Amino acid sequence: MSAPMPVETERPEADELPDDVAFLDPTWVTIVWNDPVNLMSYVSYVFQTYFGYARKKAEKLMLEVHEAGRSAVSTGSREEMERDVQAMHEYGLWATLQRASQ
Amino acid sequence: MTEGFRRRPGGGVLATFSGFEADLLRSLASQLVELLRNEVAAPTSSHDPLEDLLDFSGPTTEPDDPVLARLFPTAYPEDDEAAGEFRRFTERTLRDGKARNAVLIIDKLEDAGLPSTLAEDGLSVEVELGPDEAEAWMKSFTDIRLALASRLGVEEGDDAYWNSLPEDDPRTHVHDIYQWVGFLQETLVQAVSR
Repeated sequence: MSAPMPVETERPEADELPDDVAFLDPTWVTIVWNDPVNLMSYVSYVFQTYFGYARKKAEKLMLEVHEAGRSAVSTGSREEMERDVQAMHEYGLWATLQRASQ
Repeated sequence: MTEGFRRRPGGGVLATFSGFEADLLRSLASQLVELLRNEVAAPTSSHDPLEDLLDFSGPTTEPDDPVLARLFPTAYPEDDEAAGEFRRFTERTLRDGKARNAVLIIDKLEDAGLPSTLAEDGLSVEVELGPDEAEAWMKSFTDIRLALASRLGVEEGDDAYWNSLPEDDPRTHVHDIYQWVGFLQETLVQAVSR
């Protein structure tokens, strides 16, 4: 399965962008929620395999899901986040998306 | 009793199942396929509580079937309209993919020598999976465990409760199966990760 590699992008300063551009491309996040079923090793595997995260980052996110109940696992446009959420559902993880600032 | 999956020299993974274990996996995968394909389960005259618990292929017309709700979660919990649109565009694809993964389990087991009706004792079924197949099995193990857990009402940290149930409680048996599939899943994840 191929996956878009998440890219750490620097967000432009608000005043560098015309308002309408900022409005058209708001940032969204994919949230993965804790569930009593999925194995920690599997969740970490999914983060490594689908997002291409290094093991250390994947395990950190997995522990955040496990301990805090949820974790923002990817960031991007709404379309990209819908793709990520769909992929998480394919893997059987409980995922939702929302605006980043929420 | 199977030791689960191990890495195969030269790539991929393999596992050896007893005939009974392979038959059980096929039965779980078949019920998942039936549920996902939205087929109405044949009316059953059985009132066996064990069979009822294992049967997660019940009517699916209820939109609030907890198994389907967990397999296809709402993507926008606070926006019904967006959630509906997302579901409209993704659920069919997701259903097909999950059904395909479960069918792959059945096909691989049968290709490896599991007869359509298990008769002989001492049958051993060795399954070899390439990387893509291993991932499909992993996804399907997840779906099977989510389905069983939804039917049982499994919650975080409730092991003591399940251990306290009497041996002859049908839920004990189903929970054992749920844990066994979890064991297979763990060995499979380890085998592909190492």
